[in-house]
Amino acid sequence: MNIIDRRRDSGGKSLVNRQRFMRRARALVRRAVRDASAKRSIKDVEKGGDIVVPADGVHEPILRRGGQGGKREYVLPGNKKYSQGDTIARPDEEGGGSGAGADGEGEDEFRFALSDEEFLDLFLEDLELPDLAKRQVMGVEETQPVRAGYRSSGSPATLSVVRTMRNSMLRRTALGRPRPEDVEALQAEIDRLDDEGGHDDKVAALRADLERKQRRMRLVPFIDPIDVRYRRYDQIPKPVARAVMFCLMDVSGSMDEHMKDLAKRFYALLYLFLKRRYKRVDVVFIRHTHEAKEVDEDTFFHSRESGGTVVSTALEEMGRVIHDRYPANQWNIYAAQASDGDNLPMDNANTVALLKTAILPLCQYYAYLEVGHARDDGAGEASSLWRAYELVASPDERMAMRKVSHRRDIYPVFRELFAKEGAKAEA
Amino acid sequence: MSNDTSTARKSKSRILKAIEAQASSNLLYNGADWNFDTLGRIFDAVRKIGEGELGLDPYRTQIEVITSEQMLDAYSSVGMPLFYKHWSFGKDFARNEALYRKGWQGLAYEIVINSDPCICYIMEENSATMQTLVLAHAAMGHNHFFKNNYVFRQWTDASGIADYLSFAKAYIAKCEERYGIEAVERLVDAAHALQSHGIHRYPGKRSMDLATEERREQERRSHGEALFNDLWRTVPKGKGKKPASKQKVEEDRRKAILKLPEENILYFLEKTAPRLAGWQREILRIIRLIAQYFYPQRQTKMMNEGCATWTHHRIMTRLHETGQISDGSYLEFLHSHTSVVMQPEFDDRRYSGINPYALGFALMQDIERISLKPTDEDRAWFPDIAGNGDAYGTLRDVWANFRDESIISQYLSPHLIRKMGLFHILDDHDEDEMLVAAIHDERGYRDVRRALARQYDVARRDPDIQVVDVDLAGDRRLELRHNVVDGITLEEKDADRVLQHLADLWGYEVRLVEADDDTIYAEHKAEPMRPFA
Repeated sequence: MNIIDRRRDSGGKSLVNRQRFMRRARALVRRAVRDASAKRSIKDVEKGGDIVVPADGVHEPILRRGGQGGKREYVLPGNKKYSQGDTIARPDEEGGGSGAGADGEGEDEFRFALSDEEFLDLFLEDLELPDLAKRQVMGVEETQPVRAGYRSSGSPATLSVVRTMRNSMLRRTALGRPRPEDVEALQAEIDRLDDEGGHDDKVAALRADLERKQRRMRLVPFIDPIDVRYRRYDQIPKPVARAVMFCLMDVSGSMDEHMKDLAKRFYALLYLFLKRRYKRVDVVFIRHTHEAKEVDEDTFFHSRESGGTVVSTALEEMGRVIHDRYPANQWNIYAAQASDGDNLPMDNANTVALLKTAILPLCQYYAYLEVGHARDDGAGEASSLWRAYELVASPDERMAMRKVSHRRDIYPVFRELFAKEGAKAEA
Repeated sequence: MSNDTSTARKSKSRILKAIEAQASSNLLYNGADWNFDTLGRIFDAVRKIGEGELGLDPYRTQIEVITSEQMLDAYSSVGMPLFYKHWSFGKDFARNEALYRKGWQGLAYEIVINSDPCICYIMEENSATMQTLVLAHAAMGHNHFFKNNYVFRQWTDASGIADYLSFAKAYIAKCEERYGIEAVERLVDAAHALQSHGIHRYPGKRSMDLATEERREQERRSHGEALFNDLWRTVPKGKGKKPASKQKVEEDRRKAILKLPEENILYFLEKTAPRLAGWQREILRIIRLIAQYFYPQRQTKMMNEGCATWTHHRIMTRLHETGQISDGSYLEFLHSHTSVVMQPEFDDRRYSGINPYALGFALMQDIERISLKPTDEDRAWFPDIAGNGDAYGTLRDVWANFRDESIISQYLSPHLIRKMGLFHILDDHDEDEMLVAAIHDERGYRDVRRALARQYDVARRDPDIQVVDVDLAGDRRLELRHNVVDGITLEEKDADRVLQHLADLWGYEVRLVEADDDTIYAEHKAEPMRPFA
């Protein structure tokens, strides 16, 4: 008999198979992930968990007998009251059948668990922040030191002892500096001969040798300034690993619950997406009527305000918050504005100017989402704000605008905005 | 200070006492903890009873301790230590993992592999009692069964399986490298779909050597000479058979060359499919041989478990009787044992078919009873074994020479039928109600026994599908026939999908006719969509 301890063996033997399964079922899983996320509350969207895909898609067919028709027989245990020749009503659909439908329930769907990571990966597949890398490195001032070899000057704190000693030894060996032990041995020899007496010639020669060696030791120092080396550091710009997301929303009377819900869904997606890319994401909620105010999330979505609509106030408020708390060189700034498109006509020019000169230069990305009634087909006349923004929006300006009037459009629109360059056609 | 030393001395003496007590009580272990020494002692004790008292003859054993994670892995590669990669195993893994993490499904305590040496995986979480139970069950019971049962001896090569699996894994991996994962995966998909029909159910004829052939020829001649009687010449001859039509002759010849009909579809494809490449044939062969390796397990599931369960029950009882395990351990064992052999009745919510452990264990116990303390009824029904007094020998003989279907038709006793309250139901789709055909009474015993045996007949459970014809010189259409029994046809959607795979493998049109002697029930057709080539 042998006993083998396999516990230390690397686990994860099934990892490859599971990956293959995921790849095979990718389309199904992706759909399931999106369906599941639609049903979840916004906070839970990013959690992994059970995913149900239709079993049909990952079904492995075999030649087997059907569950219907024909003559079947069963032998069952636990007879209590039946006698030979009794008849029994047929139970509903395979109720008592032991042979039939052995696969039982779960035939129609296949349920398994996804990790948080996998879930989000699938959920945000093919999405990318526009010009993310470039902007991250550019408008930043914070740097961090990175080791980059040695140099011959520097502060004592960066002295590299090992490198310095190596140079020193190299030089001492090359220039033939006598070793202290040799000098001592020589001295001892001379002392010994002196004590014995009678070796005057030899002592004189030794003394001369000693003299030469001592001179050489003085001439070739143990450590010379040219040996000294310091560690060299380059200052590498540190990418800003944090972002702030501004949610701007019109909360005037014309925005109904449906519209707010659309906006909320969009914000949630954007938040999730940013969270995947940055270590820290702050969210600032700014609501506006004819005046703008920074509020907390609950107030933002749920309290009602009355008043006119002046969009530029929100942009001003945003500019103020950026100036106060989120300097553009330390934060990546994203903004998403949701509105039904109303604006005070005389404010449009002001809004556009503000956006163009003050806001867009600071932002990584600015998304304008025009939300409509559920019954809208989007073919109506463009709103005044839309027409005004159209003048600004262009790919170069890092601003995008879309109309959404139904919940099911949110995700496609979001994908459209952030689709990777190559993947746009597919989305 | 002095106080400290005295407690130290006291605890030391307590430990010594405990060790002495253990030594004198000859318990194999104390409590639930175990280490490898304990495992070794347990195995030796279990083997002493298994081989010494019960006369079992197992393969050498290799015990491998694994974690629950690794057990999940093993689950999804049909229990084998190494297996080729395929997405379907990942699917099983994903499902098992989900069920396990949710707590809806526990893991097995062990997995045992029919190989030489016999590999037993045991879980590290098991308590010492569970390890004892598991070793008795797997390393003795299953192991003996694997080595001695005729179906396994006939169909599997226990010493070669590990090497073959490692070859299969490497070969398929190599093909993936060379021809792309997608191409190989598609082929394996198709082969898996036909795996249940990639089995030889009858051992092939061995070709005879010349000497035997000559001897047989001589025997025939001498037999003919012994029977010779000139009178036969005078008996008027009948008209004789009509000479067969030319077409019929052609067809017969074709079928003879292709050895049709053939029920092993994968084998037929491997040997005959016109468009497959060499590596594709080899992969079909690998999958077919692995299916063949598992075929005996399907035929003997109930008996195999019965043998193992009876063995562990006997060994644990003997360990307890000889004072090698404590009362507590024995109760822990009984708790686990009774839940394993629980058989819910048909109207119970938990009922999901007959529990192979329950029926198997009951059968073995019943055989033991018949051979030791038979009633008159038993003497009438089983004159060959009733009261022979050698229960162990009888059981060993049964384990060696039967499979599920045959052991039931041979040894399911009226006593057991009554005990389990077995009854036989006929469900004819044309009738409005189901009929109770037989119950556990004098008139019903034989009927119930026959019906239950049929239920365990693998050849009856799998639909009988055969390749019946193909015209290689003509349009190359492959003809298959499902010999319908009791009017039960194939699951239609599945059949069509499998047929599609088959058409892709064959490379030309494929037709499957479902029929019995009187009726044609259905016809499926498939054209190759993406033929393998």
